Parts: sequence; C-alpha cells; structure tokens
Amino acid sequence: MKANKIPIGPFHPLLEEAEYFELTVDGETVVDIDMEIGWMHRGHEYISEMKTFTQSIYLVERICGICSTSHPIACVHAIEDIDNIEIPLRARYIRTLVGELERIHSHLLWLGLAGHFIGYDTLWMWAWKYREPVLEMFEIISGNRNHYGMMRVGGVAQDVDPAKLIELHKHLDMIEKKMVMIAKAAKDDPVLRSRLKGVGVLTHEAAVAYCTVGPTSRASGVPGDVRLDEPTDAYDLVDFERIVLPNGDVYDKLVVRVLEIIESIKICRQCLSKLETVTGPILNNVKEISPGEGIGRYEAPRGEVFHYIRSDGTNRPIRHKVRAPSYVNIPSFKASCIGIPIADALITLASVDPCYCCTERSIKIIDKNHDSCSFDLIKASREKTEQIRREINAD
Amino acid sequence: MGWYNKRLAKSLWVFHISGSPCNNCDIEILDLLTPRYDVERLGIKLVGSIRHADVLLVTGIFNQKIAPKIKKIYEQAPKPIFVVAVGTCVSSGCCFKESYNRVEKREEVIPIDMYVPGCPPKPESMIEAVAKLLGVLNG
Ligand code: SF4
Repeated sequence: MKANKIPIGPFHPLLEEAEYFELTVDGETVVDIDMEIGWMHRGHEYISEMKTFTQSIYLVERICGICSTSHPIACVHAIEDIDNIEIPLRARYIRTLVGELERIHSHLLWLGLAGHFIGYDTLWMWAWKYREPVLEMFEIISGNRNHYGMMRVGGVAQDVDPAKLIELHKHLDMIEKKMVMIAKAAKDDPVLRSRLKGVGVLTHEAAVAYCTVGPTSRASGVPGDVRLDEPTDAYDLVDFERIVLPNGDVYDKLVVRVLEIIESIKICRQCLSKLETVTGPILNNVKEISPGEGIGRYEAPRGEVFHYIRSDGTNRPIRHKVRAPSYVNIPSFKASCIGIPIADALITLASVDPCYCCTERSIKIIDKNHDSCSFDLIKASREKTEQIRREINAD
Repeated sequence: MGWYNKRLAKSLWVFHISGSPCNNCDIEILDLLTPRYDVERLGIKLVGSIRHADVLLVTGIFNQKIAPKIKKIYEQAPKPIFVVAVGTCVSSGCCFKESYNRVEKREEVIPIDMYVPGCPPKPESMIEAVAKLLGVLNG
C-alpha cells in the first residue's frame, strides 16, 4: 500500500489567503492532513504597539477583510474593559446593527463559495448577488462598502442618519425575501442534500476536544455563542435564537449559517426600529486610558474573537494579543477530513469557513518515485456532484 | 507587438494571487465577476492557472515568506503579462508600513505595470483600470 501526498497551495487561483495543505491519500481516501500557516503574517500585534489606541482600531480592522468589524468590536471592548467605560445606548444599537449586517454578508459569501466548490455556480451567483444590497446598506450607514471604520472607544464614529432609516428597512425587506427563498432552495434541493449530508462529520466529542467555535461547533451540537452567553452591546436588548444542530456534517454547517442569516436579519430589524426612538449621544469622550489590562470578546461570523490589551497609562497599548476563530477551527480538519474521499475533502476544508478559500487549483500527486501526475481537486468535487445529480434524475 | 496586444485586448484572462493582503481586495476582485458588475461581458475571465493568464492581479504587502513564491509564479507566466496591483497595500504598504515582515520594495519582486489605489478599491475603479489597460493595449 503506497501513500501519496497531495500538496495544496500555497496559492489558490480564485480567492483570498494563501495556505498550504498536504493531504496524504491512500487511493481515494484521505489518511492524513498537514498544514502550514504563516503566509499571511503581517505582524499586527507588533505594529499595534506602535500605534495609539484609536489607530489600532483601524489596524485590527485590516486583519481580515470579511470580519472587518468583529475585530474592531472586540478591540474596543478590550480597551473599554480596562476602565469600565460605559457606552451610550444609541451607540450600542449601532454597533450591533453593523456587527449583524456583517454576519449576513459573511455567511452569504461562504454560501456562494460552498456552491462554487461543489459545482453549483448558480448558488454562487445568487448568494453574491444578494450580498450586494448588504454592502449597499453599509455604504449608506458608514460611507464604505468594506472597512467601515465605525468603532471608537466609548461609542461609534458615525450616527445613522434618521432620514435613511426607511431606505435601510426597504433593503432589509428585500434581503429577507431573497434569503427565505435561498434558504428554501438550499434546504429542499435533493442534490445538495445528498451531496453534503454525512460528508466531513465533526463529531460532538471532536468539536469539544479541538475547542472549535462559531458555526463549526454549533453544527456539532456545541451551543457556544458569545452573543448569548456573555451579551455585550445591544445583544441583551434584542431577542434572537441560538441555532444549534446535532449532526456536524457539511450540510448542517450550511443550514446553521442559513438560519443564522435569518436570525441576524431579525436582530437588524429590531435595531433599526430602536434607532427610530432611541436618541442621544453616540460617543462618550474618553480622554485617558489608565494602566491595566482588559479583554474583549465578540462573536464574529466564524466564531469567537478574543482581544487582550495591556495599557501602561500612555496613549499606546504595550501589549495587544489577538486570537482569531479560524486559528482554533483549522486544526479540526484532523478530525473531520481523515477517512473521507478526496472529492469531499475540498468542501470539508471549506465548510469551516476558514479565512482562506481553496478553490480550483491544479495540484499534483507525487508518488514515492517522484513521478507526478496532475490532479484537479475541484474537478473531482464537481464530478461527484454531477454524478449524484444524474443518479437522482435517473430515479 | 501592436498587433499582438490588439488581439490580447479582445479577451483578457486574469490570474489572481494574494501576497499577504487582508483579503478584502481579493473579495472585491471576485465581486467583479458576480452579477452586479460582471466583467465577463468585457471578455475578462478569471483562470485557474498562471499559464493561461494575460493579466496578473496582485494584492497585499508581500511578506518575506510569500515573496519568493510570487516571484516564482511570475517567472512561470507566459510573457507578455501585465501586472496590476490592486489596493493601497501594494503601492504604499497601507497601515502595515512598520511591519517587520514586509518586503521593502515590491517592484523588485515583480515588475508592476499599474496601480489601483484604495483600501479596498471600489469595483468601479477596478473596472476603470481594466478599461484603461484595454485602451493602452488597443494603442
Ligand atoms: S489595500 Fe486595504 S483592503 Fe486591500 S488588502 Fe490592503 S488593507 Fe486590505
């Protein structure tokens, strides 16, 4: 029995970050997986120590383009934690609104890419088409499509113009209608169901053992959600449900995300209605940060993000530590990828929604004699979908 | 090479690599392909291999680890290839100027033909960049 190694990466032709994976396969089955990170290392924690508190919020915004408000929220929570700074009620609603809109756009982005990986480009185009109105809402609220720059220590940077609320409501209605449609289409589609059900199962025990967070763990029956467990901002003032599913396969991860989009729309709607009545300042003027340390947590679209900041009384943090959710979710591949066919490996790797998206790439199978042959992972994944589609249609 | 460029301009095939960005630029590039902006109507297509590409899009600050790989990818590309740098990261380093892991001169890693500023640039400005490139190629 000869084990072959398949290197994946570091460049993925389609998207995002470079990552390097090495799958060891025996025939069609994945028997081991190894990964190498560090291609994206930019030294945020080091740079942050040279910036002032306000500047470091903009810096952490640029950790990741998709969760570009989760990091700032966790960061301002950490700074506010040092001095127990209170923030005005209106600012709390605006923070929650921006955070939840981001969850919608991030989950839609994932949904589209998941469709793309298994050869459902229609789903990709749909999901990304309906992601545009969300970005438009961001543009109305903050003036930017991405990197909103909304967070400040003690509140938010910009108010939501009351005259724009009707327009925002309209956008939200439109998104909701489309989301219900996509949710129904994704849940009822027989091909999608048989393609993803039972694929790449992350068991409850493994999810706990690998300390996974976010939708990855919630799809395996681990109910952790920082928004409900330790509510900050306006999360204790709005009502929404915790989405937990038991099976841990890719299909459940998809359903968790789709249902979370609908919950997020609910939260956004409540925030928008509150913004009509709640008035007042949006920013507490914070002059000084006293020496001490603080932690900030926030439920990013991918899971809990954690920031730790130590201050020595000057205007700069002397230590800033960031722990992003993908960092704990990525090792869970060891549990979910082993023993599955290669055609399923791609969607299983993607199902965690790590901050990388490996897609169509030519990879090489190298055997012991270093003869190599080309092997297209995404093609294998799509062919399997095609096969399932044919079987279903034949019945 | 005038005649060659003119033929190239009919349908540009694009390959994209990310050299330590925050991946927002990359997402905006993908956004170009989806129904709202849809650059495929201009003959532009994202391809899966550098060997098929006429245009190379790069993003990010190029950290020390990834710079040699970017160089290697550029060397594998069929020439002529036009390198378009998307985002402030490539042109000025954005907020990562103080980073210890940054390549000081990104032009020395690969020659860059065109910069699109913005953090991230709006899809409209990327389309404008493409239109300008087409204009140059058409002479
Ligand atoms: S220019 Fe801005 S958006 Fe683009 S990769 Fe750099 S930090 Fe991210």
